[in-house]
Amino acid sequence: MSTPKTLYDKIWNDHLVSENEDGTSIIYIDRHLVHEVTSPQAFEGLKIANRSVRKPNFTLATADHNIPTTNRDEGISDPESKLQVDTLEENCKEHGITFLSMSDKRQGIVHIIGPEQGFTQPGMTIVCGDSHTSTHGAFGALAWGIGTSEVEHVLATQTLVQTKAKNMQINIQGELPLGVTAKDIVLKIIQTIGTAGGTGYVIEYTGDAIKSLTMEGRMTVCNMSIEAGARAGLISPDEKTIEYLKGRPFSPAENEYRSASDYWLSLASDEGAAYDKTVNIDASDIIPQVTWGTSPEDVVSIDGLVPNPEDESDETKKKSMIRALEYMGLVPNTPLKEVKVDKVFIGSCTNGRIEDLRAASKIAKDRKVADHVNAIIVPGSGLVKQQAEDEGLDKIFIESGFEWREPGCSMCLAMNADKLKPQERCASTSNRNFEGRQGRGGRTHLMSPAMAAAAAINGKLSDSREI
Amino acid sequence: MEKFKKIESNAIPLPMVNVDTDMIIPKQFLKTIKRTGLGKNLFYELRYDEKDAPIDSFVLNQDKYKDSQILITGKNFGCGSSREHAPWSILDYGIKCIIASSFADIFYNNCFKNGILPIKLDESEVTKLQKAAENSLSFTIDLENQKISYFDKNINHEVSFELDKAKKTSLLEGLDDIGLTLAKVNHISDFENKQKSRTPWLYSQQIK
Repeated sequence: MSTPKTLYDKIWNDHLVSENEDGTSIIYIDRHLVHEVTSPQAFEGLKIANRSVRKPNFTLATADHNIPTTNRDEGISDPESKLQVDTLEENCKEHGITFLSMSDKRQGIVHIIGPEQGFTQPGMTIVCGDSHTSTHGAFGALAWGIGTSEVEHVLATQTLVQTKAKNMQINIQGELPLGVTAKDIVLKIIQTIGTAGGTGYVIEYTGDAIKSLTMEGRMTVCNMSIEAGARAGLISPDEKTIEYLKGRPFSPAENEYRSASDYWLSLASDEGAAYDKTVNIDASDIIPQVTWGTSPEDVVSIDGLVPNPEDESDETKKKSMIRALEYMGLVPNTPLKEVKVDKVFIGSCTNGRIEDLRAASKIAKDRKVADHVNAIIVPGSGLVKQQAEDEGLDKIFIESGFEWREPGCSMCLAMNADKLKPQERCASTSNRNFEGRQGRGGRTHLMSPAMAAAAAINGKLSDSREI
Repeated sequence: MEKFKKIESNAIPLPMVNVDTDMIIPKQFLKTIKRTGLGKNLFYELRYDEKDAPIDSFVLNQDKYKDSQILITGKNFGCGSSREHAPWSILDYGIKCIIASSFADIFYNNCFKNGILPIKLDESEVTKLQKAAENSLSFTIDLENQKISYFDKNINHEVSFELDKAKKTSLLEGLDDIGLTLAKVNHISDFENKQKSRTPWLYSQQIK
């Protein structure tokens, strides 16, 4: 019998084009997602070298980072943003790449629309000039973020030159307590292994708590693999994966679905496969999590206190804690639940899917957003928005005092008009709490959609289970 | 890409950990469709105040580091987004070598695509170099022999560093990665044929 293999090993082997003399490998890329911010210089590079796009129909493009979430009919008012989006559209036209424009119902955040369209499938290699490409790993696809030079490399060759990463298993055993979500799992993971803990690894998430998650929840977990330092996160495909993809526009046709599904299930990690590192976390210990600082590893449970740098023995860590607390305007030992918020952002590739909006709407229903809070809901795609409206969620949010926006990346990275002002504090369902991430001087607390909605209602960080 | 040559320069000490790509080049500068011109906005929010005036205490605003080609910084440098604008802004500023105890994967990889040499050293070694940098000592970075050297009080210090052979060659020769892969286009076509018979749905799925 052959050696037991991990899911990562199997996908790697199935995409090996050739091995170079220097120890690197040429890996075939099945699907490429393209957006406006990290692609213009890649297309320019192709033009200069007089090269063409090898597989236009393995490539899907949309505008998401840099577009307005209000008054779409008026187009993009910022001339630089407009130029970037127009450039993408022209490049796609020139190279025969499908482009989902702002007016297309299917438009949305790349990592939301890939799975939604069935463009993302198990066993594929998928790349995008965006670090949150790890999201697609929820389907058992090897998916990772690349820079613009590599975007150009993929456009020209449909391959990348890679060195194989190590395998890490993160096993979430047991049952998740009621009211605790996928976001809480992944924040707990990042707190446990740190933002560099996964550097050099591909993480595979295993265990009952992961298996019990919906596809949406699995995407939330894989999405933030990069915040744990890993370029890719993976979950073995199962019946839920197969069920989710059935009948989607780019999914395999009916007559091929059986053989595709058989192949997908065969990719699951073998019994006894070896990992270079295994981390075990007990799901029953996890309660809703929030970040207090300026790194995604700065995580505490909602019933906790703002940490005290005096308790930290490592000098470098202590210094960065002091800096983070000063930036965040927080006093050590303050109960998290006493921290007032000014803004609430629900959306992003981490938590902009229908299930996230449903979770937030349950909290919002028949309640009002606190007077001093400005709260916005930004669906991850046009189709998520439509579905939410079909379910009446928009009405719940609007009646409750939330703003109901058009789809895009929005305040997750604040490239458009949606941003924090200096010292404004935000309860956010996004993925990064870096200094200035949501606007210069802005203070971000990461959390789940239910927790962000609870913060909007109470006007301060809150435990969604107590509402 | 330009070939990587020996560097002789003083170094900028930036003893911060987890410096992320948002810090290196904030989002408002990602709207460009060019690779060049980002250097003036490198570390923008650390470097300029809210009225765009230089913050004197920030190291890049200090005259003695004005023409430095080396940055010495803390662990997990370049974490966060995949934006290649980060190495573009560093290179456009004039920095060609970054020394840290660890780098985030995507950023590390992006450096080599732009002729920047990221050097990983033990934390204790990085701390020593930080001190030397604070004293404005001049460093020599010799990629060919994988050595960093500097004179301190007339004593020559040498520090060796490890580097993947392929990455070293790529920097030294300024290789065109895409050209090298395209030279193996037959392998790619063969792979596609094989894959098409094994997993045909990947090829029948039409994107409209």
